Formats: sequence, C-alpha cells, structure tokens
Amino acid sequence: MAGGPSKEMLAEIASRPGRDTLISSIVKYVFILLSLGFLAALLFAPLATVFITALSKGWEMYFESFKDEDTLAAIRLTLTVAAIVVPTNTIFGIAAAWAIAKFEFRGKSFLITLIDLPIAVSPVISGLVYVLLFGAQGWFGLWLQEHDISIIFAVPGIVLATMFVTFPYVARELIPLMQQLGNDEEEAAITLGAGGLMTFFHVTLPKIRWGLVYGVILCNARAMGEFGAVSVVSGHVRGLTTTMPLHVEILYNEYNFVGSFAVASLLTLLAVLTLIIKSLVEMKRK
Amino acid sequence: MSFRQPSILPGFGLTLGFSTFFLSAIVLVPLAALVMKTATMGWSDFVRVVTDARALASYRLSFGASILAATLNSVFGFIIAWTLVRYEFPGRKLIDALIDMPFALPTAVSGIALTAVFAENGWIGQHLAPFGIKVAYTWIGVVVALTLIGLPFVVRSVQPAIAEVQRDLEDAAETLGAGRLTIFRRIVLPTVFPALATGFTLAFARAVGEYGSVIFIAGNLPMRTEITPLLIVIKLEQFDYKGAAALGFIMLTMSFVMLLSINLLQAWSRRRMVAAGR
Repeated sequence: MAGGPSKEMLAEIASRPGRDTLISSIVKYVFILLSLGFLAALLFAPLATVFITALSKGWEMYFESFKDEDTLAAIRLTLTVAAIVVPTNTIFGIAAAWAIAKFEFRGKSFLITLIDLPIAVSPVISGLVYVLLFGAQGWFGLWLQEHDISIIFAVPGIVLATMFVTFPYVARELIPLMQQLGNDEEEAAITLGAGGLMTFFHVTLPKIRWGLVYGVILCNARAMGEFGAVSVVSGHVRGLTTTMPLHVEILYNEYNFVGSFAVASLLTLLAVLTLIIKSLVEMKRK
Repeated sequence: MSFRQPSILPGFGLTLGFSTFFLSAIVLVPLAALVMKTATMGWSDFVRVVTDARALASYRLSFGASILAATLNSVFGFIIAWTLVRYEFPGRKLIDALIDMPFALPTAVSGIALTAVFAENGWIGQHLAPFGIKVAYTWIGVVVALTLIGLPFVVRSVQPAIAEVQRDLEDAAETLGAGRLTIFRRIVLPTVFPALATGFTLAFARAVGEYGSVIFIAGNLPMRTEITPLLIVIKLEQFDYKGAAALGFIMLTMSFVMLLSINLLQAWSRRRMVAAGR
C-alpha cells in the first residue's frame, strides 16, 4: 500500500508503544502532578515552614536564639553524644562486616537479623529497656544508687540509647558491599605475607571507603536527630540532659516558636548536608 | 559440618567475638531485661494492663493509622516511583534525592513542621478548615505524620522493581491488543507486587513504633489521639515500670513478627526475580 507507514516508523511505534498518544501524555502529566502535589504538601511545605518560622522575626532574632546558654548546651551535648556513638558503631560495623562477609559460619543469617533488630524496634522501647536496667527501680538501680553513679536522666543513658538506635547503620551498609566484593584480593595479600591489619588498611578499606562514608553519615544523622529513645532516658533537665531535638520540643512547648524552629533549622540543614554527601557518594560509586 | 569453613584470612575470632559481645551488651541484654521485667508480673496482671481500655484504644489508633498511612504510601509511593523511573521532567534528580529526606530529618523537626503546616491557621490547614476538616490534633494528623515517615521505604523498595519491568513485554502486550489497564494488571503489577508488599510492610513497621513526629501533631488525648508508644512514655513518667514493660513487650512482639514478614517477603521477591530469569 503506497503512502503507508515506513518500516522505520513501524519499528519506532512498536518500540515506544502509545508514547505519543493523547491518553499517555495525560497519564504522564497526572502522575507528575500527583507526585509533586503529594510531596509539596507533605515534604516541601513543612521544610519551608521550618526556615520561614525560624526567620519570621528577622535574621537578628534568628542568631539571637543561638546565644541562649541552654541552646548552646544542647548543641554541645548533641555533638558530644555523636562523637562517642558514631566512632563506636563504626568500629562495631567494620568488625561485624569482616566476620560476616569474609567467613562462612553457622548462624550467620540469624546474626544479621539480630544486628537489624534495632531498626524494627520502636525508639521508645530502645529507651525503655535502659530504664528497666539502670532506672531507679531497674535491675541495677539500687547498686548504681549506692555507688553514686547516674545513667538514666544523665548523659550515659543518652549515649546508650542513641547507640542502640543507630547500632545497625554502618554494619548494614558494609555487609552486602563486602560480600559482593569477595575475598580474592585479601587472600592474595595474606598469601604474599601481609598481616591482617595491613591487609585491611591497604586492600579492603580502599575498596569499601565510599560505602563506609555512606554508613557513617547515616549513623551520624540518626544519632544527632534521635528523639524518642533519648526523650525516655534524658529526664529533660534543661541545659544538662537535653539534646538538640529535645530542646526543640522544650522551646516549642514554651511557645518560643522562633527559638524552637531556629534549632530545628540547624537539624534540617544537617539532614540536607547528609543527603548531599549521600548523593555525592552515590555518584562516586558509579 | 564444623562451626565455620576454613579460610586463610585472619581475624575471625576477634571480629566475631567483638561484634557478638557488643551486640549482646547494647541490644540483646537490654531487650532481655524488658522480657524479664514483663515475666515478673503475673499473667493476670499482664492481661489486665495490655487489655486496659486506654491501651486498646491506643492499639486501635497506632495500628489503624499505620495501616492507613502504609496504604497511602503504597499508592502514592508507586506513583512517585513510576514518575521518577519512567518520566523525564525538570528537577527529577533533585526530587529523587529529596525522597530520602523524611529518613534523614529528625522526627521532632518533621513533627513541629507538619503541625505548623496543618494547624487551623497553617498553609494547608486553613484551606481545609472551611470544609470542616481538622488535621492537626486529630487522628488524621497522626496518619499524615506516619505517611511522611514511611514514604521513602515504599519509593525505595518499588523503584528498582519498576526499572526491572521488561519494556518489551509491555510492547508485545500492546501490539497484541492489550489495553493499558490489562498491561498494568498482567505485566507491571506482578513484577512490582513483591517490592510493593515489602515497602508496605517496612513503612507499616516504622509507623507502628514512631513517636517523635506524631506526638506534636496528635494532640495526645487519652482514648482518642494517644498512640501506644506515648502510653509507654506516660507509664514510665508515672514510674509504672511493669506497665510500661508489658506494653513494650506487646510492641516488641509485633516488631519481631514484622521483621520476620519482611525477611520472608524479600526472600519471595528474590525467588521471583530468579524465576523470571533475571
């Protein structure tokens, strides 16, 4: 039939079914609009609110909120807790990943499930378990009192609860990565006479460094932002046992919205920074 | 079979010993303390605490709102994942990166921000108020907060599955005369369904335990807008350790069930991938 569609056109239509029809463009725009609308209401509007409320009385008031002694103490405490928790969980993550990825042993998948456990547990329970252990009526409560050691309603409790919540992040990132990379290069290094530590630092670490960075920043974001678990063990002593997220709550309940959202804006910036580093790491990996 | 297969790599004893010790100290012993505390109360006390009217009302809200939020997330998460995988539009990469925001954002921040947006004088709340819809300080607010928290789990589960859908199968179906809905039902959905189910369960599990973002927007009225984790905190504040432990035990059991279902779902979806020859 003369004038019919050419072979190329037929191939083109067959490989892109319906792409140029009216309905498919309607579907496309409806999908994009629904996606953007949903995200705008639930995510973009709240994010914008944080900064707009924090700056609602001007930049001067915004910076003024960070001169408050209790706010500064909350920032210091959050940094301190993260400085203890993140390195500890990183060392654990590397050790667990080495044992799990490099060796075959019985009960391995059970061990992985146990490591994942804190992610499935409610943050409130992560705090509760430490209160039951170390609280005034807890298993070790009396002993701790006699020896004048406070864990609950004090900084050690906050560190422990945060450690529980952020426990799996580095390990989860490293285990699949190291399993996928295999053992060949490490075995070669050992055969050639390298020691265990030398093999790790010169062979394994360079291969896993981006995965490690990724796990560490996720762990850090969760450690600095944890609310539920820390709220249960902190006792909310202003300027002493309030981390930044808890301080946000205190200021909010005192109707100090500028101060509350100002601290919240710092935490939001931390989240944004985390996502930027995450995107960079993903680009590096490809 | 011996405990482990031989390997020339060093450090097995050290790394396994350290990680199991640390795991026990930080996670397992404390969780055991919760179980033991619950065991010290008699069976009748336990039943009384966990079937108390206020506790039952809190389960209804926690589980009901979580199921609703996970369902909303499955619908919109699928739409968002499909849009991000299949369509090209300006800002797609940025949106894709921002999907993880609820995961990185501290829950207290999302809590106060959502409350500000959905309160009666908030950006969205003021447009809903004339229709008599109140979001903040009602159960709807709880659903909204839980939906935000669960969104990344569904999108991130479904995205790779949508990328796996074989375009040539869709093409073949279309040339054989299948309509859009048939293609969706017979080709897209079977490939994506296991991932969608995993995402739903992950979002649900996260939502049931969520505390920080909910307590700001919920209003926290006993029997009406009080979630189970909040009830645990209230019992702790009254130094009712046993009551808190009993409710915690119920939630912990739920978490185990969830974790088990997630593992089974993931195994199922892997098997389907293999069966499909990919």
